[in-house]
Amino acid sequence: MFGNLSWSAIPFDQPIPLITSAVLILGILGVLGLVTAKGWWPYLWREWITSVDHKRIGIMYIALGVLMLIRGFADAIMMRTQQALAIGAAHGYLPPEHYDQIFSAHGTIMIFFAAMPLVIGFMNFVTPLQLGVRDVAFPTLNSVSFWLTASGALLVNISLFVGEFARTGWLPYPPLSEATYSPGVGVDYYLWAIQISGVGTLMTGINFVTTVLKMRCPGMSYLRMPMFAWTVLAASLIIVAVFPILTACLAMLTLDRYFGFHFFTNTAGGNPMMFWNLIWAWGHPEVYILVLPAFGIFSEVFSTFSGKPLFGYRSMVAATLFICIVAMMTWLHHFFTMGSGPAVNTAFGISTSVIAVGTGVKIYNWIFTMYGGRVRLTVPMLWSLGFIFTFVIGGMTGVLLAVPPADFLVHNSMFLVAHFHNVIVGGVVFALFAGLEYWFPKAWGFRLHEGWGKAAFWFAFFGFWVTFAPLYILGLGGMTRRLQHINVEEWRPMLQLSVVGVGLIAISAVCQVTQLVVSILKRDQLRDVTGDPWDGRSLEWATPSPAPFFNYAVMPDVEGEEAYWNIKQRAMETQQMGPEPTYHPIEMPVNSSVGFFTAVFASIGGFALIWHIWWLAGLALLGAFAGFVVFAWRDVHEFEVPAEVVAQVDRARRAARDAFLARLRAAEGEPS
Amino acid sequence: MTDVEFPVSVEALRRIREDPHRLGHRGHPVREVVAGAGHGLTGPASKRIIVGYGFWIFLLSDFVMFACFFATYAVLQGQTAGGPTARDVVDPTRVAVETTALLLSSFTCGLSFAATNARNKLWTQVFLGLTGLLGLIFVLLELQEFIELAQRGATPQRSAFLTAFFSLVGCHGLHVTLGGVWLATMMAQLQVKGFRREIMHRLVCFNLFWHALDIIWVALFSVVYLMGSLT
Repeated sequence: MFGNLSWSAIPFDQPIPLITSAVLILGILGVLGLVTAKGWWPYLWREWITSVDHKRIGIMYIALGVLMLIRGFADAIMMRTQQALAIGAAHGYLPPEHYDQIFSAHGTIMIFFAAMPLVIGFMNFVTPLQLGVRDVAFPTLNSVSFWLTASGALLVNISLFVGEFARTGWLPYPPLSEATYSPGVGVDYYLWAIQISGVGTLMTGINFVTTVLKMRCPGMSYLRMPMFAWTVLAASLIIVAVFPILTACLAMLTLDRYFGFHFFTNTAGGNPMMFWNLIWAWGHPEVYILVLPAFGIFSEVFSTFSGKPLFGYRSMVAATLFICIVAMMTWLHHFFTMGSGPAVNTAFGISTSVIAVGTGVKIYNWIFTMYGGRVRLTVPMLWSLGFIFTFVIGGMTGVLLAVPPADFLVHNSMFLVAHFHNVIVGGVVFALFAGLEYWFPKAWGFRLHEGWGKAAFWFAFFGFWVTFAPLYILGLGGMTRRLQHINVEEWRPMLQLSVVGVGLIAISAVCQVTQLVVSILKRDQLRDVTGDPWDGRSLEWATPSPAPFFNYAVMPDVEGEEAYWNIKQRAMETQQMGPEPTYHPIEMPVNSSVGFFTAVFASIGGFALIWHIWWLAGLALLGAFAGFVVFAWRDVHEFEVPAEVVAQVDRARRAARDAFLARLRAAEGEPS
Repeated sequence: MTDVEFPVSVEALRRIREDPHRLGHRGHPVREVVAGAGHGLTGPASKRIIVGYGFWIFLLSDFVMFACFFATYAVLQGQTAGGPTARDVVDPTRVAVETTALLLSSFTCGLSFAATNARNKLWTQVFLGLTGLLGLIFVLLELQEFIELAQRGATPQRSAFLTAFFSLVGCHGLHVTLGGVWLATMMAQLQVKGFRREIMHRLVCFNLFWHALDIIWVALFSVVYLMGSLT
């Protein structure tokens, strides 16, 4: 009846997961209870769960990402403390089988369910606004994408309480991950969670390629798109090109595990090394999917807070597309030690070094953007400056690892661990925090508190280096990754220093949460009245904050690079806004619950497949199909926003901006 | 998103014709601007173009997935573990019938779209039905092939070669099967709702999908069956 599922799946004998999940379940029940008691369900259902508005979906992605970031960070704290405690005679507090699950879960959660949702969240929130359009190409599909990602995240977190998670690392290398050597449900949890969320990501990629290429406001030609939109296009192209590889690769491993196929087994002619090639043909481009939009965020921040157009815009576009293509030609550097021979290793060593050239172009462009500009050291700018310092060092250790003979010495060592955290934390996470600060007013109508933001930056910046600099040293000293117990007494000081760094990062996280709470309390002082809190240059700042659900009352008409900056300059020169446009009714897509129900069926189906409950899996599949048919059968696709409503919103915006222009006139009138 | 905001597009068209330099085409002749094509000058493309374009991107991603199975097949082709080889597995007669059925189905699919363009519901349904029937013949023949192979002990569990063979061929077969389910749903929908805008868009997508499966089959036929019978 219930396949392999029985009461023994719940870890009653292991206090750590048991207590954690009890607290989590109580927390979730508490939130659900609160929502029910306050009667918020209709609002949540109408405005968020069934929303197809790209801004709402983006915010939900970011919320999911932040939650999972905290979850992944909890795993990180456990790993660092375990290693600092389990030296010599001591054995720490995590048994090996549990420790292995933690490092696997940490990597999986951080990449798939923290970094990806955060990056995709920004893509969702910002791209249509920057392109001057009202939504993405496929709004309902977008909602399906989000809910599938959430479904994957749910499955990974269920594994904490029911059964176990993979003990194979964040990429389940066979033959270890084959049914023979990993008979439990851990790898199955991994496979189905990633497969389900991967489908969601692929659809996001398709959606954004189409959006950027086919949906831009009049006059927004390619070379007038803001840099972030370019990086979204590049990242989406990579998603479309490589996520199918992940799908295929995981499907093969699934067939091996469930039906005894021989893709990656070490018997009957299977080839485990094929898995390495396939998974990294996805896995290496994946880091560029994360980092390219991060570069886009930095480009916006540097240009805005230096008060200058982005230096070398066209070279930046070229560098982005160069990285987009070369990203798919470097995967083999993840396993130089596999033994492909000198010719192959050299080719991939060169391609890996060459990709640093494109990144170097970008670094110089950002520095020259600041040169001669009026630099404002706001919180997003601090994260960006911290990024340049951190990322350059991370990039250089990457070039070191790109040299095959050097790589042989530090392969799978703590040096590697330090390197990829150096680029992913210093590159992606710093960008996400910068972006959070930068676009927060556009989402909620008020800025975040400056002081707490600065505190969060400094603790994170020093915390990062105190955590990972010791790991570089340990790696060079010969410490391999994923050790549950350490035999070398000399490594103790560095491991303990690293824990101090984790403490600093934890303080930074507390600062971030405090910042959010303080900002909400002081939201009236921090209010963004005009919709342009940072003296911005791209179109998203032309619309009020928070942006109305139809984004633009009248579709913008772009007549040059830096679309909004030009409009603003003209208004300030002539000291008046353009004439009031004629307002037309706007057609917007109606809400849809198809995304939510797809995710419900996907979660049930995934869970059923993990535990071999075949009838339930079949039922879920049928349910999903029925859901799609119901969706396809609907008659109303769009609703009309009356011209009066549009006019009302836009007149309020114009009034706020007129008031701003009046203040400007008054200020100019006074002798300075 | 709705269709093109034509007032804006027309305005942009006029501006470009009258003032070409403003948009930075210095030294180049002004390109003919098509409203609704989404070329960046006239605003978002029409819904029909967006749907078709997006579906093409999906098909490209599907090709990448098939490419993985092709690559796997290429790597594992010789790994027979003492079991049957490609030559033992391939049955040229059946595969000839299969191929004929599938290519014919593409032809009838094209005819159905000609009928769709003429807004003729009866002939659209007839040709869509024929397409589905030919697809069903293809899937049943493939099923028969799989069952016969299994009866001879040539199961995917036997060797890495057979694993790759069954997965590649089966992946295509699964696509055809799902395409058939889609086709049946579409036919029911067309019957009930008629030629509505979004149904037209879906018919475009279905046509693209069905022809794409043919392209895959041509590659599959060449790599697996043709090369298999020659080795």
